[in-house]
Amino acid sequence: MKISLSINGTSYDTDVEPRLLLVHLLRDVAGLTGTHIGCETSICGACTVMINGKTAKSCCVLAVQADGAEVTTIEGMAQDGQLHPVQEAFWEKHGLQCGYCTPGMIMAVCGLLKDNPNPTDDQIRHGIEGNLCRCTGYQNIVEAVKYSAEKLNAQK
Amino acid sequence: MSFLAKYIGQKVKRTEDPRLVKGIGHYVDDIKLADTLHVVILRSQYAHAKIVSINTDAAKTSPGVVAVYTGADVAGKVGFVPCAAALPGLNVPKYPVLADGKVAFVGQPIAAVVATDKYKARDAADLIEVDYDPLDVVTDAEASAQSDSPVIHEEFGTNVAFTHQAGTGDIDSAFAQADKIVKEKLNHQRLAPISMEPRGVLAHYLPGEEQMTLWSSTQIPHLMRTQVAIMLGMAENRLRVITPEVGGGFGCKLNVYSEEALLGWIAMQVHKPVKWIESRRENFQATIHGRAQVGTCEIAVKNDGTLLGLRYNVTADLGAYLQLLTPAIPTLTGLMLSGCYKIPAIQMNCVGVFTNKMSTDAYRGAGRPEATYLVERMMDCVALELKMDPVELRRKNMPKPSEFPFPTATGLFYDSGDYEKALDKALAMADYQKLRAEQAEARKQGRLIGIGVSTYVEICAMGPSIALPAGGWESATVRVEPTGKVTVLTGVSPHGQGEETAFAQIIGDMLGIDMNDVLVIHGDTSIVQYGIGTFGSRGLAVGGAALVKAAEKVVAKAKTLAAHLLQTDEASLTFENGKFVGAPNDKSVSIQEVALAAYIPHNVPEDFEPGLTATHFFEPKNFTFPSGTHICVSEVDRETGDVKILRYIAVDDCGNQINPMIVQGQIHGGIAQGMAQALFEEVVYDENGQLLTGELMDYAVPKAHQLPFFELDHTVTPTDVNPLGAKGVGEAGTIGSTPATANSVIDALAPFGVTHVDLPLRPEKLWKLMNN
Repeated sequence: MKISLSINGTSYDTDVEPRLLLVHLLRDVAGLTGTHIGCETSICGACTVMINGKTAKSCCVLAVQADGAEVTTIEGMAQDGQLHPVQEAFWEKHGLQCGYCTPGMIMAVCGLLKDNPNPTDDQIRHGIEGNLCRCTGYQNIVEAVKYSAEKLNAQK
Repeated sequence: MSFLAKYIGQKVKRTEDPRLVKGIGHYVDDIKLADTLHVVILRSQYAHAKIVSINTDAAKTSPGVVAVYTGADVAGKVGFVPCAAALPGLNVPKYPVLADGKVAFVGQPIAAVVATDKYKARDAADLIEVDYDPLDVVTDAEASAQSDSPVIHEEFGTNVAFTHQAGTGDIDSAFAQADKIVKEKLNHQRLAPISMEPRGVLAHYLPGEEQMTLWSSTQIPHLMRTQVAIMLGMAENRLRVITPEVGGGFGCKLNVYSEEALLGWIAMQVHKPVKWIESRRENFQATIHGRAQVGTCEIAVKNDGTLLGLRYNVTADLGAYLQLLTPAIPTLTGLMLSGCYKIPAIQMNCVGVFTNKMSTDAYRGAGRPEATYLVERMMDCVALELKMDPVELRRKNMPKPSEFPFPTATGLFYDSGDYEKALDKALAMADYQKLRAEQAEARKQGRLIGIGVSTYVEICAMGPSIALPAGGWESATVRVEPTGKVTVLTGVSPHGQGEETAFAQIIGDMLGIDMNDVLVIHGDTSIVQYGIGTFGSRGLAVGGAALVKAAEKVVAKAKTLAAHLLQTDEASLTFENGKFVGAPNDKSVSIQEVALAAYIPHNVPEDFEPGLTATHFFEPKNFTFPSGTHICVSEVDRETGDVKILRYIAVDDCGNQINPMIVQGQIHGGIAQGMAQALFEEVVYDENGQLLTGELMDYAVPKAHQLPFFELDHTVTPTDVNPLGAKGVGEAGTIGSTPATANSVIDALAPFGVTHVDLPLRPEKLWKLMNN
């Protein structure tokens, strides 16, 4: 099936099998390997991206469902060589170790902060419950989210 | 060495992170080679069966399929999956990379489909017809040891792989002298390590050069090179193993699996790159599990709380085959049965048995969490029996700092320790006496508050070579380049531990240079000298020690040249902040200037060997023994059995800290995994050997809202085992937290007369206990 979509502002017109998962389109067709696959059952969230400004788990979305959509992946977050404040926060607060869940986690945090710019600790922990991290015990991720919120609010 | 230098001891942000937060690091599946073929592995649906026939005809003609291989194709061509652990009389079953007429666990590889595309490979795998003749199954470890059990490997006539006895001291006399004997049966449930990145292999063979490159998500690139080369019958130096970014290991990638050699062999057949990426379902079925011991512990104790002896009769569930270190794991349990206490007599009687399940092997802590959980759970049982405060029972039996190196009845010498210091610090942070008063008050109101303590010691920095099957040294090269930039080649293989940063900190301080001028390279066997790898909290404590030694050699060589350049004698030179300064006129030369002079040797001493590089293979003289105290405060919901962790306090002592930020991160993650064992996780097979927890939907890896905020502090008791004085911290959190959490929840249930509950402490189990 022919589909057109925008990924990180670049237009893609491509012919895909109807069963192709969006995550495979991103990784194998567009070559954007920052979006990871950790379970293929929507539990772990490593594949989280933004579709039309909302977070989605790209392992459970068909590429054809993204026809006409604007998709943002982790590679689209840094602008002009500058880390996005959420990326900066994960670095600053040691919110990652092996880094495998990190792109999905950062996308999920962006979605969370869009909906709730000043989350409490409890709201943060529930807000990222769709993303598993096996390294950090989440504590420094929570710290990174709070730091991100401060940075993003200061930009407003 | 100074430990409050410019970098060492500082919370330096990680140099690994920019590429990782941008999503531009490269894990195995992110490496794209032209014309790569994709491999999908068909796995056994039965836990125990004879394979009558395999029909691959339809699969072979399926669109995009290049080849389909079964056990018959690889028999005699690819060696067996290796077990490196040697125990006397060990029964080692032959473990082919593709099943040869028989399967012994669900998930065992049977056939490999090679196709142009992973979707097509998966389609074709569905077309393979396997005719199974099911055999009787045994999944219960204790039943497996009985004579009426189905036998998994007929050639042995038994499911017992080994028996192992450990410990010293007069155990019979200890029990004869006891005022009380406290006995409990404990089950350490089977766990799945669950690195977020599953395993993966990419193999590329160049027939002209007769060389192969194997990218693998592993913790042990060099050991893998040796083993896979042996399995493939190729010269080791013609195999290059590259470990790119690795998305977590936790021990499950400290192994050599079927797939590495299988992919290598396929690459040699098809002469194109071949890639296999494990799905999460495969990861549950065919990546090693951990723990899985069931046993009875008896403690002999005096009425005043003096411990006299400990006996542990245990059955270790090994699974169907032996992976790299499977039989070694329970022996580590035996080593650590003294905990952080004086116990004059200890005896472990261990039986390792085969079951129709995936192999067990090293999972974060690897044998030591089992020991610590056992000892710390038993301490609470003993305290209850003696009506002593569990903290005072522990304190009474701890060795004093002056008693180190402390010999245990398990044959170890603990290097250094100050157990009461950490205990007191944790008690003060928790305000323990006040907590107990609050608990008593809460109980009057019908609230179920529990307080759990665990004081642990563990065994790290693996280790002296004598104690490890493949040696326990580590290597490092420090290469000062002509421009003064420094390249470090380390034999360890970090996968999230941040050694690229920590090692740059060490070199930055030792050579007095900007740490950003240091590049740390690891995980490429063609670039880096042979190394052992990253496991057993050894990266810094052994790999970092090798680095220090190599850097010292570089400085010594540079000093010789500096003295020549400054026309003074070496003895009068000092080296500070990257400069050699010479008396009496204080002329100086930087290490960068010395490096250039070493590579362009126009002005050097006679017989000076050009270049400025040094390698060191560091052999530690002992393990290290990190320790600490964890305190957990929990509340059990009377209506639902749900557990809420109210506070979690951890005071850990890993010796000197190079980067406290990384240390804290390791402890956070460790506590999370240990707490997950206490509260949530369990690999469950049914009686037919079917894996019921086969996806993340069924296996309860904790989410953020299920874990508490961890309150951390530390004490510092350096070790003299290595020049950094660092003990290692990768596993400490996991080891301390399972018993602290379990003790807390079981303490909460004391009003119901509960003295022990096997893990995991899920709401359903607790609700039943409260409503029985």
